[in-house]
Amino acid sequence: MDIRVQNVLKQFSRYPALNDVSLDIRSGELIALLGPSGSGKTTLLRLIAGLETPTAGRIFFGDDDASSKTVQQRNVGFVFQAYALFRNMTVLENISFGLKVRPRATRPPRAEIRKRAMELLDLVQLSGLHDRFPQQLSGGQRQRVALARALAIEPRVLLLDEPFGALDAQVRKELRKWLREIHDKTGHTTVFVTHDQEEALELADRLVVMSQGKIEQVGTPDEVYDRPDNPFVFNFIGESSNLPVEIDNGEVWVGGRAVGLGAGDTPKGAAQLFFRPHDVELVNEGAALAGVVAASRRVGGTRRVELEIGGDAQRIEIDLPFDHPAGDKTRIAFRPKRWRLFSTAR
Amino acid sequence: MYEQDDLVYDSRRPILPSDHTRPTTERDWIKRTLIGIAIVFMLAVIVLPLVLVFVEAFRKGAGEYFSTFGDPQSQAAIRLTLLVAAIAVPLNLVFGVAAAWCVAKFEFPGKAFLTTLIDLPFSVSPVVSGMVYVLLFGAQGFLHPWIKGTNIEIIFAVPGIVLATIFVTFPFIARELIPLMQDQGNGDEEAALSLGANGWQVFWRVTLPNIKWGLLYGVLLCNARAMGEFGAVSVVSGHIRGKTTTMPLDIEILYNEYNFAAAFAVASLLALLALVTLIVKTILEFRYGDELAGTRKH
Amino acid sequence: MVVSPAHPAKAGWTFVKPSVVPGFGLTFGYTLLYLSLIVLIPIIGLFLKAAQVPLEDIVRIATAPRTLNALRVSFGASFIAALVNIVFGLIVAWVLVRYKFPGRRLMDAVVDLPFALPTAVAGIALSTLYAPKGWIGWLVSANGPLHLGWKIAYTPTGIVIALIFIGLPFVVRTVQPVLEEFEAELEEAAATLGANRWQTISMVILPRLMPAILTGFSLAFARAVGEYGSVIFIAGNLPNVSEIAPVLIVIKLEEFDQAGAAVIAGIMLVIAFVMLFVINLIQAWARRRFGDV
Repeated sequence: MDIRVQNVLKQFSRYPALNDVSLDIRSGELIALLGPSGSGKTTLLRLIAGLETPTAGRIFFGDDDASSKTVQQRNVGFVFQAYALFRNMTVLENISFGLKVRPRATRPPRAEIRKRAMELLDLVQLSGLHDRFPQQLSGGQRQRVALARALAIEPRVLLLDEPFGALDAQVRKELRKWLREIHDKTGHTTVFVTHDQEEALELADRLVVMSQGKIEQVGTPDEVYDRPDNPFVFNFIGESSNLPVEIDNGEVWVGGRAVGLGAGDTPKGAAQLFFRPHDVELVNEGAALAGVVAASRRVGGTRRVELEIGGDAQRIEIDLPFDHPAGDKTRIAFRPKRWRLFSTAR
Repeated sequence: MYEQDDLVYDSRRPILPSDHTRPTTERDWIKRTLIGIAIVFMLAVIVLPLVLVFVEAFRKGAGEYFSTFGDPQSQAAIRLTLLVAAIAVPLNLVFGVAAAWCVAKFEFPGKAFLTTLIDLPFSVSPVVSGMVYVLLFGAQGFLHPWIKGTNIEIIFAVPGIVLATIFVTFPFIARELIPLMQDQGNGDEEAALSLGANGWQVFWRVTLPNIKWGLLYGVLLCNARAMGEFGAVSVVSGHIRGKTTTMPLDIEILYNEYNFAAAFAVASLLALLALVTLIVKTILEFRYGDELAGTRKH
Repeated sequence: MVVSPAHPAKAGWTFVKPSVVPGFGLTFGYTLLYLSLIVLIPIIGLFLKAAQVPLEDIVRIATAPRTLNALRVSFGASFIAALVNIVFGLIVAWVLVRYKFPGRRLMDAVVDLPFALPTAVAGIALSTLYAPKGWIGWLVSANGPLHLGWKIAYTPTGIVIALIFIGLPFVVRTVQPVLEEFEAELEEAAATLGANRWQTISMVILPRLMPAILTGFSLAFARAVGEYGSVIFIAGNLPNVSEIAPVLIVIKLEEFDQAGAAVIAGIMLVIAFVMLFVINLIQAWARRRFGDV
């Protein structure tokens, strides 16, 4: 089931939580809504589910205009951040809830409901725990029950709100892999919200990076990481260093000196230079960025060096192998291997 | 309060009355029906009786209403009620503060038993509360021989009424203060002590300001009950008009004499007291809600 | 309780856990003294009195038809009133927490009126209101516009009305905070799974409110069983029909039959205790089953 979000605007009493957002979600893909808190990612998810009504704009499930449908009619599987398991019901009762509440005409017979719930319990690898109550399960197990419960209604789309937010790091990694497997097995169109970029990069087919109620960039993890569309995305995804520069003659200038980086088609004038701290090469001669080592510290297998560059001592960071001899120098010259320029000229 | 959440939608926050456009709420006609049921029920059971007290009190006009309070027996009842409250409330105030101090600030064996004992009057019929004093001081009572020779009269006299009132009302202040002081912990007191204050200084300058609204609230409830207590007082009073009848007992006598206007006139004073109590309570809850822990339960 | 690190716990057993806060001896001593004078001695007196009554007298008083009927009326009316209060208390709490309507704050404040209004005042007001010629009594009487022919005051129904009045705040004030803290997520989860509103309420919300409802029920019930002032005016106090146990106790006392009064009081206490104990068991079970994670 593909989903189209068309020019959606959502206004809570004063602030626009979403501002004219459009998004195409392809059938069967696993897509992440990624952004800092307040970016509107959860609101977008809730709009798709029908838990919120858009102030303006429309949402299509396939060719079906879902905007006018209630949450019950939309048939979405929603996994809540805190799981929202019904603690007065056993695991099995939780999973079969969605089938039990169907109108008589479409409700499967009891035995069938039980059979399906048991199958789902198998799928989420919790067989044998059907008689437990949610409060008797660990966080990771609760998460699995919540997913099984959402899958039980054979949803047209699976929506997950910060699915691993409440779990500790170890369990989170395991469940991440497992969610990917389940997705590949069941083939549901899946949208999940996260503020954890590592999670999004590892898990998703495509990322939607959001900030302040707007979509900043949509793309595969590689696209978003390697070719960020704007400074926000470059900053938000992965490590980044940036430096104010001047563009002239198709070259990048810092403090009145060309630093040996091509400017491509960036217009002449002020700009911001972005690069990844680990994506640099040290150079001994020729035009390069050069700075005085202001601080240097070992982080695991790398050494992070803070450099002061230019007359106004702009600080940037680069990563070196921890045993690199340059780590002991007081002055380092380098060139980013890959970089992006964002014009700030008016 | 939730303005911040407008941007970051936290679906785990409680549903507020302003959420009526949300999908997780009832249809409008159901809402209206439920509100209608609640209003009709509250009117029939709680509001109309209150309104009726004032209507009946003034049924024969303001002159008749005020003439009730010229009646010496009603005047005596009002005086006795004020006297009883003036004795019982301060005694229970001191007790309430002392009990709350030792229960909330210390750990000792038997604490649960002590708090149960403090709650006891809430679970005993007022009639039984009065009866225990009759069994103790009445004509066949255990302590009757002790007081027989003296001039002291307890049952069918003012001391019995005071005792019964104290019994029925002593939990109110302690019950209000204990959860409040437990919530606040000992941190402030320990800070004051470390700065060199002595025990009384700590109490007057640190603890009392922290609990003042809760204390006021407890005193209000205690006073309302002390002035309005009927069952327990009825058992020990003997109903001697002008001598051992408090206002509630006066109401009963007047009502049983079919002197409805006078009965409701006296009742209107107590109803007014209840209203004032409620209004002050609502204001306190509205303004100092944080300083009134556990006010929801009585 | 915070124990200051400056005062390490003294070795050996102490009655009170050591604390830098002063005043334990004074307040504890005063509390004990006051409780002993006001509560303990009189209660011991009650038990001594009851113990003095010969067993055959206890049986005779306990099995007298008038006693049995009074107990039946008291406990029956209290039970019905508490049930009614569950239903309407739930509706009132729901409306107060969930809906916005003019007068909501007023209604919220008025819920506490039965706590503050003296029982005798409530008694004569309810009695006058529900008497055949009273505002509501007339409305539902045979002569009223509805021709219902109901008689409320001076019947057991009147007793139930008075007990509803005094019990309502207990239910509302125990259910209300639980409802206020109910997570919207659970209702949303039910909705995404296709449950309609009624299914969500009956299968998800009400089970979670059960412990609070039971607590409210037992508080309202316990209060109702002992209630005297608000009931006597509306009840009619007809022996065997609309005479509640506390009234019978008062009558026995007025007849100087202290033994009879003590026995009936003892029976009331025992029955009330057993019922509350059972309710507590159910509640403990419900809390385990539906309680907080």
